[in-house]
Amino acid sequence: MDDASSPLGTGTDEAAPQLRDRGQARPRRRASVVGILGEILITLGVVTLLFVAWQLWIGDVIYGAERGAQAAEQSELWQSEYEEHAEAAPQVTETPAPADATVDPVILAQPADAQIFGIMWIPRFGTDYHVNIAGGVTRANTLDPIGIGHYPGTQMPGEMGNFAVAAHRTTWGKPFNRIAEIHVGDAIVIETPDGWYTYRFRTLEYVQPSAIEVILPVPQEVGVSANDRYLTMTSCSPMYSMTERIVGYSAFESFTPRSAGAPASLTVAAA
Amino acid sequence: MYAGLWHILPGPWWLRVLLIVILAIAVIYGLFFYVFPWVSSTLLPQDVTVA
Repeated sequence: MDDASSPLGTGTDEAAPQLRDRGQARPRRRASVVGILGEILITLGVVTLLFVAWQLWIGDVIYGAERGAQAAEQSELWQSEYEEHAEAAPQVTETPAPADATVDPVILAQPADAQIFGIMWIPRFGTDYHVNIAGGVTRANTLDPIGIGHYPGTQMPGEMGNFAVAAHRTTWGKPFNRIAEIHVGDAIVIETPDGWYTYRFRTLEYVQPSAIEVILPVPQEVGVSANDRYLTMTSCSPMYSMTERIVGYSAFESFTPRSAGAPASLTVAAA
Repeated sequence: MYAGLWHILPGPWWLRVLLIVILAIAVIYGLFFYVFPWVSSTLLPQDVTVA
């Protein structure tokens, strides 16, 4: 913006003879301070409107597509790694698990901050809904750049206790935008390098932002040791606000090892 | 400001229009992928966690 003023000043002097040569009658208007100020203000207004459009719409289109592509890539990477491993060591023949087998879930170690360890699939949102899950719930490291964040210290998928995660409900690709539309009994599937953990959605709750009890091993039960395997999802409520939190609870159903292939809960479209 | 920009751009009018369109696209790209994410991350609180 500052470079525009000097060409203007010199330009007027140099251009004047040229304009006369070309026979143009109207001389160039001198740029006034008020005129430049007005142009700057109009520019700022346009940029502000662009920001609103980006924050509420265009950014979600960009990041939503990016989230889906990243998770698809991650899923394919784990599958190809598994297949390579299986080909490399064929002598280790695992007993093929029946489709309805109740296998003890593999429990991952706590992830490092921003380390991607899982993918969340929610068939209710479409069979192509998949978003990466990484350690930590800070916006700068996990929620803004990756998608879904795991509350450090809460349990991991399939572990006795509470696997607690958070994600944006609006903006930044809005992974949990439609959290209030999940039905009771809907599958929420967590894919990791080891396989798929199927949870079934139970209930929604609205709480104060200070309600850390929702991520306890037994949600909302202080001092009770884990008696089951839960999944807790937190996001903002109402949309575009921070005054409350929306919390979705699910209960663990089964673990499907990668050797058994993708579970039916993943491929069967939500009723 | 914009009159000055128009004046320092070279070439005939259609080349200037083309250059302005390219400049505008470059500026919007920079805003969408660098400036706005930074503004949103650092200036706009959007809490989704319980704490």
